[in-house]
Amino acid sequence: MNIIVLVKQVPDTAEVKINRETNTLIRDGVPSIINPYDMYAIEEALRLREKHGGKVTAVTMGPPQAAEALKEAVSLGVDDAVLVSDRAFAGADTWATSYALSMTIRKIGVYDLVIAGKQAIDGDTAQVGPETADMLGIPFVAYIRKIEQMQGNKMVVERLMDEGYDVVETSLPAVITVVKEINTPRLPSLKGKMKAKSLKVTTWSAKDVGADENKIGLKGSPTQVVRIFPPAPRGGREMLSGSIEDQVAAVAKKLKEQSLM
Amino acid sequence: MDYLLTEEQQMIRDLARQIAVEKIVPVRAELDEHNKFPAEIMKAIAQADLLGLYIPEEYGGLGRGSLDFYIAIEELSKACLGVSTTYAANALGTYPLLLFGTEEQKKKYLPDIAAGKKYVAFGLTEANAGSDASGIQTTAKLDGNEYVLNGTKQWITNGGEADIYTVIAITDKTKGPRGASAFVVEKGTPGFTFGKKENKMGIRASSTTELIFNNCRIPKENLIAKQGMGFIVAMKTLDSSRAGVGSQGVGVAQGAIDEALKFAKGRIQFGQPVTSFQAVQHMLADMQTLTEAARSLVYNVARMIDGGAKDFSRASAMAKLFATDVAMKVTTDAVQVMGGSGYMKEYPVEKMMRDAKILQIYEGTNQVQRNVIALDMIKEASRTK
Repeated sequence: MNIIVLVKQVPDTAEVKINRETNTLIRDGVPSIINPYDMYAIEEALRLREKHGGKVTAVTMGPPQAAEALKEAVSLGVDDAVLVSDRAFAGADTWATSYALSMTIRKIGVYDLVIAGKQAIDGDTAQVGPETADMLGIPFVAYIRKIEQMQGNKMVVERLMDEGYDVVETSLPAVITVVKEINTPRLPSLKGKMKAKSLKVTTWSAKDVGADENKIGLKGSPTQVVRIFPPAPRGGREMLSGSIEDQVAAVAKKLKEQSLM
Repeated sequence: MDYLLTEEQQMIRDLARQIAVEKIVPVRAELDEHNKFPAEIMKAIAQADLLGLYIPEEYGGLGRGSLDFYIAIEELSKACLGVSTTYAANALGTYPLLLFGTEEQKKKYLPDIAAGKKYVAFGLTEANAGSDASGIQTTAKLDGNEYVLNGTKQWITNGGEADIYTVIAITDKTKGPRGASAFVVEKGTPGFTFGKKENKMGIRASSTTELIFNNCRIPKENLIAKQGMGFIVAMKTLDSSRAGVGSQGVGVAQGAIDEALKFAKGRIQFGQPVTSFQAVQHMLADMQTLTEAARSLVYNVARMIDGGAKDFSRASAMAKLFATDVAMKVTTDAVQVMGGSGYMKEYPVEKMMRDAKILQIYEGTNQVQRNVIALDMIKEASRTK
C-alpha cells in the first residue's frame, strides 16, 4: 500500500519564547524539529508498510530549509520525500496550505492512505488534515489511537474521544490524523541516516503541482487573525462510580441542587 | 576536542548518543536494581543498525571499522556499562565466526546477528579456567557425524539471552593447548541448559550465567576452524575485542565526569559553587586529562587495526589496561567530587563506580594485560639485539 505522510517543520516549542506584546513566537535561534505529532504519523506509516508492503512518501510545504525535516523522515525509514516550496506560498493559512498539499497529493497520484499528526505544535489548529481530505474529496477521520484492521479498500480505526473511543470504518483512500497514544516512534537507523545524507530532496514549485495562483499564499488565505488569547480553562469534571442506580441517584441529586431538575 | 571523526563516525556517535539519552538513561537505575536484561534497548540498538556495524555488508552488516564500533561502545557506556557489556559481548561471541567461520557458517549466522534477530555469547571461562585458559575441562568428542559436549562454562555474558553460543572445548586432552577446538552451539539443542543467573556487584543489566553441556550433540559442521585451533580462535577473538573494553572504560569515565561536573556547578558551599574551589577544579582536570589519554590510546589502536596493522596485541592490551584503570579511578573520584550525593542511588555515579570494577577483571585481567605487554617488549628486545 502507498502511504503519504504530511509533516511540518516547527520550532521546538520546548525552547521557544513568546513575545508578550505581539503574542507571537520568537523563532530566532530556536532549533527546528519535525512536529512531534507527525512523528507518530511517520511511525504508523512505517509499521503499516512493514505489515502490508508498499511505499511511504513524506510531504511537506515550507521554505527550502524544511528539506531537513524530510531528510530526518528518510533517516527514520521513509522511502521518498517531496518538498513543496515556492515564494508564492508565503503567508498561507491552513486553507491555502491544505490546497497546496492536496494539489501535491494529486500529483503524486497513487495512494491508499494519507496520515498526519492531529495538529502542529506551533499553530495548533488541527485544520490541515480535514481540509486536505475535503479538497481531495475523500473521507477523513481524526484523533486515531489505533488502526484495528486494513482490508482491501476498507479500514477500521479507533478514534480517541474525551471519554472512551469510537470504532470507525472508512473506505480508502482516506486521510487520518493520529494522536500520541497510537505508537512509540522509533529512532533513526544508521542506514537511514546515510541514505538521508546523500538524498537530494525532490522539490516542487506551485507551478509543478498545478496550483491556481489565486488559491495559494496570502492571496488564497481567507483567515484573518483578529486577536490572540489563551483559551479559557475547561471546567472541572467529576467521574461517578458505583452501581448504575447509585450513579443515577447521584446525578439526580446534583441536578436538583443546581435547580436544573 | 576534535577527534577528526569522519561524517559517518559522527553519525554513529550521534545515533548511539540518542539511544543512550532517550532509551538507556531513563531506565538504567531500574535495570541495575532489578538485575534486568535490557531487551527493549537491545531492540532499539538493532533497529538503529548498530548490531551490524562490524559485520561485512555481504552478510547484511555495515562493514564499518573498529573505530566506528568503539565510538558506539563509548557512547552507550557513558549511559550504562551493563547495556554496553551486553552489546560488546554480542560482538565477542560473533568474532570466532567472523574471523574463522566457513562461508556456510557465515551465511547461516551473520545476517541474523547483524539484524539483531539473534544474540550471541562467547563461552571460554570455566571454574578452573580464567586467566589460565588451559584449565578448560569442557570436552567435545567426535561421534560419527556429531560432536558430544560435556562440561560447564561459567560467568558467560548474555547466557540464557543469546541464541548462538561460540564455545571452546577440549577435543584432545593429550595435546595441551593444541587440543582445544571452537564450536557453535544453538540455544535449544538437547543437552544444553543454563545454570543460575549471577547476582553481580555491577553491570547488573547484563545477563551472566553458566552454560551446562550434558551429552549435548551438535553437528560436525558446527566446528569453527579446524580441530585443535580452539586456543588460536579464542586468542584472536580476545585480541579483536580487547580494545573495545578500553572504549567502555573511556565511556564510563566520561559519563562520570559529565555527571560530577553538572552536579558540582550547582552545588553551593561556603556561598559559592564547589567548582570555584581549586581542590575540585584540579580533580576534574585530572579526571578529564586521564580520560583523554585513555581515549587517545583506544582511538590509536582502532586506527591501527583499521589501517591494516598486523600485530596490535601490545597496543590493544595497553589501551584496555590504561583505559579501564582510568575508569576505576575517575568513577571513584566522581563520587568524591559529588560527596554524599555521589554515594546515593539518586545519582548515577555510585553505579558507574560499581560497574567500572569489572573492566579491570574481564576479557583478561589487567594483570594479564601487563604480562602481554611485558612479554611483547621482551620478545621485541631479543629480536632487535
